Amino acid sequence: MNRQTKHGFWKKSVNGRTALLYLFPSILLFSVFVFYPMFRTIYLSFFLTDQAGNAALHVGLENYGYLLESSAFRNSMKATGLFVLYTVPIGIILSLFFALLANEKLKGIGFFRTLYSSTMGISVAASSVIWLFMFHPSIGMFNRVLSVLNLPQIQWLLDPEWALLSVSISTIWMNTGFSFLILLGGLQNIDEHLYESSRIDGAGYFYRLRRITLPMLSPTLFFIITISLINAFQSFGQIDILTKGGPSQSTNLIVYSIYREAFINYQFGTASAQAVILFIIILIVTILQFKLGERKVHYQ
Amino acid sequence: MKKVELIDLSKSYDKQVDVISNINVTIEPGEFFVLVGPSGCGKSTMLRMIAGLEQITSGTLKIGEAVANDLPPDKRDLSMVFQNYALYPHLTVQQNISFGLDVKKVKKDEQRKRTEEVAEMLGLTEFLKRKPRELSGGQRQRVALARAIVSEAPICLMDEPLSNLDAKLRAHMRSEIRRIQRTLGITMIYVTHDQVEAMTMGDRIMILHEGKIQQVGKPIDIYNNPANPFVATFIGSPPMNLAQAMVDKKASELIVGDVWRLPIPADEIDALPEAPLIAGIRPEHLRPATKETREGDKLIVEVTNVEVLGNETVFSFQLGADEWQAKWSGQWQIDLGDSIPLLADYGALCLFESKSGKRIKQPTDLGNFVFGKEVLV
Amino acid sequence: MISLPKKIGMYFLLIITSLLVFFPVLYAFMISFMTGPEILQGRFLPHSFSLENYVKVFERLPLLNYLLNSFIVSAGVMLGQLAVCSLAAYAFVFIQFKGRDFIFFLFISTMMIPWEATMIPNFFIIQKLDWLNTYQGLTLPFFALAFGTFLLRQHFKTIPKELQEAAQIAGLGRFAFFWRVVLPVSKTSLVTLGAYGFLTTWNMYLWPLLITTNSSVRTVQIGLKQLQSQEIATDWGVVMAGVIVVIVPTLLLLFIGQKQLQKGLSQGALK
Repeated sequence: MNRQTKHGFWKKSVNGRTALLYLFPSILLFSVFVFYPMFRTIYLSFFLTDQAGNAALHVGLENYGYLLESSAFRNSMKATGLFVLYTVPIGIILSLFFALLANEKLKGIGFFRTLYSSTMGISVAASSVIWLFMFHPSIGMFNRVLSVLNLPQIQWLLDPEWALLSVSISTIWMNTGFSFLILLGGLQNIDEHLYESSRIDGAGYFYRLRRITLPMLSPTLFFIITISLINAFQSFGQIDILTKGGPSQSTNLIVYSIYREAFINYQFGTASAQAVILFIIILIVTILQFKLGERKVHYQ
Repeated sequence: MKKVELIDLSKSYDKQVDVISNINVTIEPGEFFVLVGPSGCGKSTMLRMIAGLEQITSGTLKIGEAVANDLPPDKRDLSMVFQNYALYPHLTVQQNISFGLDVKKVKKDEQRKRTEEVAEMLGLTEFLKRKPRELSGGQRQRVALARAIVSEAPICLMDEPLSNLDAKLRAHMRSEIRRIQRTLGITMIYVTHDQVEAMTMGDRIMILHEGKIQQVGKPIDIYNNPANPFVATFIGSPPMNLAQAMVDKKASELIVGDVWRLPIPADEIDALPEAPLIAGIRPEHLRPATKETREGDKLIVEVTNVEVLGNETVFSFQLGADEWQAKWSGQWQIDLGDSIPLLADYGALCLFESKSGKRIKQPTDLGNFVFGKEVLV
Repeated sequence: MISLPKKIGMYFLLIITSLLVFFPVLYAFMISFMTGPEILQGRFLPHSFSLENYVKVFERLPLLNYLLNSFIVSAGVMLGQLAVCSLAAYAFVFIQFKGRDFIFFLFISTMMIPWEATMIPNFFIIQKLDWLNTYQGLTLPFFALAFGTFLLRQHFKTIPKELQEAAQIAGLGRFAFFWRVVLPVSKTSLVTLGAYGFLTTWNMYLWPLLITTNSSVRTVQIGLKQLQSQEIATDWGVVMAGVIVVIVPTLLLLFIGQKQLQKGLSQGALK
């Protein structure tokens, strides 16, 4: 009897064991490259470290205290906040506009769709190099246009007043491709019949946009807003190539700040503390998305 | 050709209430056995237990002579046809049919030979190179059949295989499946919710309701002698008319639905209890009264609905609290609100105990509805 | 359906906006054919489409080597992701087991952890494994991907359960069912995930920057940075030639797979 129940248990758990086999690669990789490093980051944020990144001296919350008092970090947070504010809303509105245009049934629309989505295929590094040239103070396109129009020249990337804005403009451009693609997909998932019936009711374009398109698109919009927010917080490549965080720290976004603290200044403790703060910000954004998403968004 | 034996078979999920309880039945080799019942009665679960897709909670399942409770599905020597056909969308018809053979490592030549034979039998030869999505519903259904046949398994299970087809095709496939089953002599266990399919296809049928067997038997026996009110209304279209009934021993009459009094033959009155009963009568046994009918035997009813179906006429009326229907052959010009005199024999009545649903009288006089071959000249 | 003036207006908007979007790429393309003086003149069209700058960029950088590295790394991550994610998605959809919800939650939680927040310990892990400047150091950390698992899971869920049961009756084992039925049936979403994985890896910047300290496995993106910082102001034509070389493979991939990617990603995004 005993043997039978044991046998039974072994048999019953056969599904669990096979499932684990299939999940094992994912679980192992997540453990090694996501969960462990995350805990390690939190752990390191309470320490001062040596050059090899080992915890050397426990300092408790001092790293955080130091960060909160450091004007450089506060400046970096402010720059990050502004950067998010500049890039996300405009980027999404622009992509939505493109997607609405590209969703019309016209001849050759496929060509335009390809052009709109093209920036998704261009790496951050390549885009940044292109924009670096366009922002060039003497031979860049922008200043040439300004001089043709008899307007004063702008030191796009060298003027602390302008640098963050310039980086934001290039970032908006880089991100439209992906947002456009997702939004277009969302638009095309909307049931044609909804439009037909509204057309029978005599609804105009903007009425349809407000009453059908946007509500039906809301899950997609919500998704892309979240992704864009997270992406904006994670921006790095354009900073590294365009400004290196300057001038006078005005574009020192948080990831760049972490990078510099860790791999240039070798301050892994404070870098980790910043990483934890980044993690908390992203966590809040994601949780907000879940909380708001359940209530506000109209799912089909 | 193997028999399938179910002994005290039960099924429950998470040790909760039984969805199927104490099923005992033996399906004979080569038999066409139909499991029929309303949705949620447990018929599909039962089939899936036989297939090995569901665990058996208790009881014994024997396939052939061997206990099969713990055998994996592929060791049970059976094939199965699913309601949605379960064709592999990425494979051609040919590959779909030979898939099982390929898994069992049958030689390629043999695979091709058997596939072609079966395709020929089902008229699929010209579609062998197509993908399932390029086929019509009926063709897909045939591919599913072909896949079951090609395995040459002695037992075939079918789970509502015709329910996705339109009415005309369904009628055609009924006879085709029957024909194939007879030709190959396989044991067929067929699940359906459609009593017409059950009646027309099964050698024997089992009626399930809420996980319990209601009746097992030949279709015509079940039609004539339903074991309880549920079976009476489930089999037959329109269903058997039912109403509350009481025996009035003094008057030697049966009072049906408080309004209709039928004389009970003297030799039968003693066998009847005084407890409340349910009386049932098939719509075709409610005959039109004629001029010769005695006034007291007539039941005058007011017509509430009429359906003329071309060769027969069905009309409804209210009998006490219940809506009844009568079915007459021919086209009758009846209007709503007409008063129609009806006539029925006590012999055609079926009586059940109200409380237990047990049958206490089966119809004896089936009127002119049963014919032997000898009437044919 | 749509009136003519409206149509013309539409096309006008489409042409203007799409040109604005594509202009920087076009501009870079033109610059890549220009000589230094031409660039200083501020022309838009080059005198001639000579490939001189392209020849130069391959001379100054081991660009071919970098391209190959990028290709190996991108293809590696793509295949790794397809394998790891499809196995996990299969378990989530086709196997009933205790603790499934918990493990699913674990997968979701990885989406809330930004890669940049874990890069410091990750760098040291790769260093300890002695994987700096190796392909495995560049690829392995990206094999497991919650988004990819969800994308495939969405598609797997559309496969009728009866297919699995039919396979069971035919005697097909679990892995055989995965390999012979589930994967072929899900070709479209595998392609989507594959293209997505390839694209994002090809464009990856921060991780290769940390992990490649010499040119042995360095990818083109880091090559671009190198090129740009070497060439300050002098030879923009060469730099742009490098840019064009780097973006052509992914642009092509995007143009071919645009429709597929758009459909697949928006499906994976929304459950």
